[in-house]
Amino acid sequence: MKNSVNRELPDAIMKDLDYKPFESVDFGQPEIQRHAPKVRATTGTDKVVDSLEKVVTENLEDGMTISFHHHFREGDYVFNMVMCIIIDHGYKNLTLAPSSLTNTMNDIVIEAIEKGVVTNITSSGMRGTLGDAVSHGALENPVIFRSHGGRARAIESGEINIDIAFLGVPNADEMGNANGMNGETAFGSLGYALMDARYADKVVLITDNLVEYPNTPASIEQTQVDYVVKVDKVGDPDKIGSGATRFTKDPKELKIAKTVNDVIVNSPYFKDGFSFQTGSGGAALAVTRFLRQSMIDNGITASFALGGITKPTIDLLEEGLVKRVMDVQDFDKGAAHSMKLNPAQQEISATWYADPANKGAMVDKLDVVILSALEIDTDFNVNVMTGSDGVIRGAVGGHQDAATAKLTIISAPLVRGRIATIVPAVTTNVTPGASVDVLVTEAGIAINPNRKDLLETLKSVPGVPVYTIDELQQMAEKKVGKPEPLEFTDRTVAMVEYRDGTIIDTINEVKD
Amino acid sequence: MEIKKTALAGTLESSDVQVMLSQGTNGIQFDLDSDVAKQYGTAIKATVTSVLNAYGIDNADVKIVDKGALDMVIKARTIAAVQRALDIVDEPNWEVL
Repeated sequence: MKNSVNRELPDAIMKDLDYKPFESVDFGQPEIQRHAPKVRATTGTDKVVDSLEKVVTENLEDGMTISFHHHFREGDYVFNMVMCIIIDHGYKNLTLAPSSLTNTMNDIVIEAIEKGVVTNITSSGMRGTLGDAVSHGALENPVIFRSHGGRARAIESGEINIDIAFLGVPNADEMGNANGMNGETAFGSLGYALMDARYADKVVLITDNLVEYPNTPASIEQTQVDYVVKVDKVGDPDKIGSGATRFTKDPKELKIAKTVNDVIVNSPYFKDGFSFQTGSGGAALAVTRFLRQSMIDNGITASFALGGITKPTIDLLEEGLVKRVMDVQDFDKGAAHSMKLNPAQQEISATWYADPANKGAMVDKLDVVILSALEIDTDFNVNVMTGSDGVIRGAVGGHQDAATAKLTIISAPLVRGRIATIVPAVTTNVTPGASVDVLVTEAGIAINPNRKDLLETLKSVPGVPVYTIDELQQMAEKKVGKPEPLEFTDRTVAMVEYRDGTIIDTINEVKD
Repeated sequence: MEIKKTALAGTLESSDVQVMLSQGTNGIQFDLDSDVAKQYGTAIKATVTSVLNAYGIDNADVKIVDKGALDMVIKARTIAAVQRALDIVDEPNWEVL
């Protein structure tokens, strides 16, 4: 069968997993019955346990679904600690359902796959050796990739039914009140883990910092927690977030960032009380700096900044240019450490951030978002999942969710090395072109033809030439030549859900 | 034309290519290392072959370490390697250039 973005989907797997093909970016207003977790009642006297191994062996069974969060990013010790115990005890057929997988987890996941410990994975993304292994068919069942909002939706609906959530925290008390803001391994917002804490049948907190009861502010509440396990170290503070935010000196990135800012400032959305999301990455950070100056020059303040937060966004908050920061995760130490100091930096859960099956998410109020792309095609579809060799090396993240903003800008260079970024058809369709409005490159911009209003508004901005996206694609191809098509086998190694739970694309095993 | 000595041109920086030519006896033999080999392997070899042909080289062992170089870079590096391999750096072949 084919979906509405013309991707051929494997009938057998679609039927087997009870999936519908992607149709539209409009979620509509369905009534939804949410799933509720099992609760084992306790007065809490038995919560603190010394041995993680004991918690695992007394609660885990073959075939269960286990989850983790990725807020410690590359500094995470908890995932490997728990998975080593699970592998050593020879568990089988587990489903791994973390909010995402970072490189530091790759070796253990590959070992767990090889030993049959893990047979299913759902994640926002994967990179490095794990992405390579999965793209070469290491896992029998296809990986399910979901956006952050999509994961929240799937947890609420019971599509992801977490038996045990193993959640590392930089502090907790004996009853399980915990937050991400205090302690040596503080990472700021616990946004993604809040879903697991609310919906998993068993919640195991793992901390190296047991604090006096009651611990506040409590992002995770004692009412949600079954066990609190004290360990030596939950993470490496130096690898959790980069210390200083890199500000790009690359003239191409700066040109793109300046043009992004020109597009925003000349759009109808740049007015007092507007909202924006920039994400991380060199160009996005540079946009924040340009945007700051434009806001000062025009006497405009923003009502909120959303999503993954960096120090430059916190600077805008402290300057009064941004009134609220709605924070689902923090990318650097500056952002992580300011959360406890600044009441206007509000921690938000993944569902509040981005879930469509909801009574209104933050992304529904978002005016402007700047997103990146590995590839974007002439229908404005975006790939953030597979590299130029067809191998999995990315994550959906909040891309699909934030792209529903009123003005979605994709910032991308025409080419990277000899690889064109603007292509006739993306390798993997992650974010449908229907939700993308403007592409900004160093050569100029292209506007989605569906946005006739923007074509009119942006047609004569000084220094911002407007092309059709086909023209930009041809410019890119002229530089690098026409590539030979990638070769894949017939085997599906991953399914990419759109945020509503339909299938937007599949990823096949690469042929080497 | 016969290759007189093994010669090298180019660096291992991103967007560059390193081309090494040595004497061969069995036509033009390639050893290609490139991150974009899947998409551009054939194109890279074709570019190098066309330069070698322009100099009348029929036999050569060609080692290419490509870091995503554009076509014009591959051509330039190959010309430099050929001039060195043929020991004619002081007498560039203007028709090829």
